[in-house]
Amino acid sequence: MIEVRDAEHELRRIRVRLGFAWVLVLLCFSTLLGRFVWLQVMRHEDFNAQAEDNRIALVPVPPQRGLIYDRHGVLLADNLSVYTLEIVPNQVSDLEQTIDDLGRLIEIAPRDRRRFKRLLEDSRNWDSIPIRTRLTDEELARFSVAKFRFPGVEIRARSARTYPQGESAAHVIGYIGRISVDDKRRLEDADLTSNYVGASHIGKTGIELSYESTLHGTAGAEEIEVSAGGRTVRSLSRTPAQPGANLILSIDLKLQRMVEEWFGDRRGALVAIEPATGEIIAFVSKPTFDPNLFVDGIDPPTWQALNEDPDKPLLNRPLRGTYPPGSTYKPFMAMAALTTGARAPETQYADPGYFQLGAHRFRDSVPSGHGSVNLHKSIVVSSDTYYYKVAYDMGVDAIHDFMVPWGFGQLTGIDLENEVTGILPSTAWKMRRYKQKWLPGETPSIGIGQGANAFTILQLAHATATLANDGVVIRPHLVRHLEDPVTRKRRPIELPPQRNLGMRPEHLALVKSAMVDVNRFGTSRVAFAGAEYVAAGKTGTAQVIGIRQNERYDARRIAERHRDHSLYMVFAPADAPRLAVAVIVENGGFGAQAAAPIARKVLDYHLLGRLPSDPPGTRRGPAEPEPDLRDVPESVEPEPVPPGEAVAGEPKRTR
Amino acid sequence: MKGFLQLWQRVRAHVLVFDPALSIIIALLVSLSVVTMYSAAFDFSGRFDGHVRNLVVAFMVLFLAANVSPNVMMRSAVPLYVVGLLLLIAVAMFGDVSKGARRWLNLGFGRVQPSELLKIAMPLMLAWYFQRREGALRWFDFTIAALLLLIPVGLIARQPDLGTALLVLGAGGFVIFLAGLSWRVIGGLALAAAAAAPLLWSQMHDYQRQRVLTLLDPTSDPLGKGFHIIQSTIAVGSGGLWGKGFMQGTQTHLEFIPERTTDFIFAVFSEEFGLIGNLVLLTLYLALIARGLMISAQAANEFMRLLAGSLTLIFFTYAFVNMGMVSGILPVVGVPLPFMSYGGTAMVTLALGAGLLMSIHRHRKSMQS
Repeated sequence: MIEVRDAEHELRRIRVRLGFAWVLVLLCFSTLLGRFVWLQVMRHEDFNAQAEDNRIALVPVPPQRGLIYDRHGVLLADNLSVYTLEIVPNQVSDLEQTIDDLGRLIEIAPRDRRRFKRLLEDSRNWDSIPIRTRLTDEELARFSVAKFRFPGVEIRARSARTYPQGESAAHVIGYIGRISVDDKRRLEDADLTSNYVGASHIGKTGIELSYESTLHGTAGAEEIEVSAGGRTVRSLSRTPAQPGANLILSIDLKLQRMVEEWFGDRRGALVAIEPATGEIIAFVSKPTFDPNLFVDGIDPPTWQALNEDPDKPLLNRPLRGTYPPGSTYKPFMAMAALTTGARAPETQYADPGYFQLGAHRFRDSVPSGHGSVNLHKSIVVSSDTYYYKVAYDMGVDAIHDFMVPWGFGQLTGIDLENEVTGILPSTAWKMRRYKQKWLPGETPSIGIGQGANAFTILQLAHATATLANDGVVIRPHLVRHLEDPVTRKRRPIELPPQRNLGMRPEHLALVKSAMVDVNRFGTSRVAFAGAEYVAAGKTGTAQVIGIRQNERYDARRIAERHRDHSLYMVFAPADAPRLAVAVIVENGGFGAQAAAPIARKVLDYHLLGRLPSDPPGTRRGPAEPEPDLRDVPESVEPEPVPPGEAVAGEPKRTR
Repeated sequence: MKGFLQLWQRVRAHVLVFDPALSIIIALLVSLSVVTMYSAAFDFSGRFDGHVRNLVVAFMVLFLAANVSPNVMMRSAVPLYVVGLLLLIAVAMFGDVSKGARRWLNLGFGRVQPSELLKIAMPLMLAWYFQRREGALRWFDFTIAALLLLIPVGLIARQPDLGTALLVLGAGGFVIFLAGLSWRVIGGLALAAAAAAPLLWSQMHDYQRQRVLTLLDPTSDPLGKGFHIIQSTIAVGSGGLWGKGFMQGTQTHLEFIPERTTDFIFAVFSEEFGLIGNLVLLTLYLALIARGLMISAQAANEFMRLLAGSLTLIFFTYAFVNMGMVSGILPVVGVPLPFMSYGGTAMVTLALGAGLLMSIHRHRKSMQS
């Protein structure tokens, strides 16, 4: 009974409380009403005047993007002033009809239409969207005469990014594209939205992406007074945009272009690094693509074709392609064996052509074996058996720990985004990845650069440069200088301090001399026959498919895509290295066949200024800078617009 | 025909769930919303369609919520609260950062904002608690209720999301207030809050302080933080008595009102429909609140009374804070205008609340406790 009375009591109380709440609501709403009366009746005149007369609009002035040059001043990315034909969708009643009519005047390809449609989907209605870019003078004239028939269609002068080298070095330079929804979110998160107001493009890949903040510059703003109708009355103040810095790459474009030709139709990658500085002289990924396709938005079928091509032209192979290094790993394994004391230089081991572990036989590439092998000979003849044993004696974790500071399976820190680490196997890695224990039988293959090893060609080139440097690690990089676009003053990029791995000089000398002999008497002697400098190299062959126990590898019987990858790593001159190169030719077969000759030509060109086929005395020399391209300042500003017509980004009334 | 009638007899209880008064008020608000959105989204392709789509989704949520029986509400109170709390903790630990605040939780298939769930789960939980303690309330129960309320509020405020924290605090605070927290304690809390203001100030994030400062003097930063308030005040004021007319708002159409389809849609409405329009809108919200409080007063048990009262006062808080912010008497906090602003999440939350109100009213006689 007490409970019932309490319940009634509570009901009464809650009704009182609800009454109080109602009074509170009335009070608050009365305050609002008072505020509305104050704003809309008492001060209406004042606010109306403010709304009618005093409209200041900030019009963004997008900055000019920095240019990109190669090490000799060859222009890699340029800004051109171009005329585009653009449509403002909400000023056009029938878009399809308008485009059809325009098509009778000016050529509009189906891909222009598809691109327009895609841009339309991620734009706002008052944005001006290009239907045709890069109009010719004749087209310009034809449209100007008929302009009155096309309200809402305008000619705009824009600064357009072009890549004069086309497909060459496309993976290094990358490209810019229209700012996407994802880009916008990233800019918001980084609090950079204000710097991109009025900008339409942003770096998407390559240097264009990784140096976006440097290349983009700082947006300026113009304060203008706008009339009630949205027309510009006068300009009040102007903060000019700061153009982005120019970039001078370390790439030698002439060499890059030749390497791309030497690859021909074959797929693969090549990285050439100057060991003393970490500067990358060539960074080749084949096949490649034309970055110009992406700037104004690529049309879907072209995109699909590129994306679904089995040769993967969009894949940045040196940066993101991982391969087993094959026998190019052996010099590093030799350093590991010497440094950890697993092998003494002169100890001889028998190589009967296989390494027996329990019931499993690890076979050598030469079935009969190499007889008695010491460390020097193991590199020169590329004895697999020797390194099966070294790896088995060291164990996978000791190998892993030695290779980490050399950068295998690690990010090199190159100035490109989206580098991959690859795989440097260890017991911990296998547990993490497969939740399984590492088996002793997996270790021997690690020693010859097979098994789970998967590295990028950039990592291999970087490690080769480190070896050339006697164990001093320098971060590889593609940009040499930043250049002030106005004063032309250059400043070098900042590098992290060098790291010394502390290798013993006698060990380094031993491995290097063996690598020199590889090119003299060993696997790559043919490719380096007659070289005028001493080069230290190592061939490699990486299996693409496993070969069963009692089966022999026969290139002719295997489909082209399943053939072995051909690898080669080299630095020269051996005593004072000026270039370190790593090459892979996918499915190119034995390392000395496909990869080594390309590396030879790169070294000849870089060290001697000519190619192996050139007669002595020829001097191809570095590419001449192109002064005419360097000194033409491109217009930063959009063309002056006749009064009354709206500028991009300016608020305008639309009816 | 006979079969059809039988079927109708069986389902009619589930179809005719709408409270006529609430339905009419909400329908009128939604009509105003559609008209205003058409103007606000004049050059924002897809926004108007998106709004209509959100309204349809919200209607379905309302319909489903109106079918939830109070028993189910009571049973789900604790699980919903616990899930909400766990998600908030997960956000604090693994949440995605966006615009400097950690509010979102990535669940693999999409991002959710768990603080939104608390807006309904909080009053459910507290109403459930007071229902359990009905007839035997001690001061001790209010302490527990305060803890249940302050833990999630603290987590949300730390994200930091001051707007949502205040709304959840309000939602729970209303329940505690309606449950009969003594006036002496309320007075004491008010005094303590006044005393603690300087302390709170020192704890605030820079952007939160900036908003308060901007409110006090919007002209101090006319092109930056004060821009929203100055421009929306001009929009409201220039609307005058009768407004500039549908699609005629210059502030709106010259893009001087940022966020004009979401938090600042009231500026668009007020500019185009003037003081008369505002009066209509205020009346509709008052009617909505009056109806909600009436439902609360007539509800069958303590749980339903508290829940209905709190849900109604949440509507009030949304409307008051939003209109106060747009007209420049409250700081800019991200609170939408109920049933008007674009935004699926808030729309669904509000529709859920309205649906629950309808269900409570339908069950006012069936569940005497």
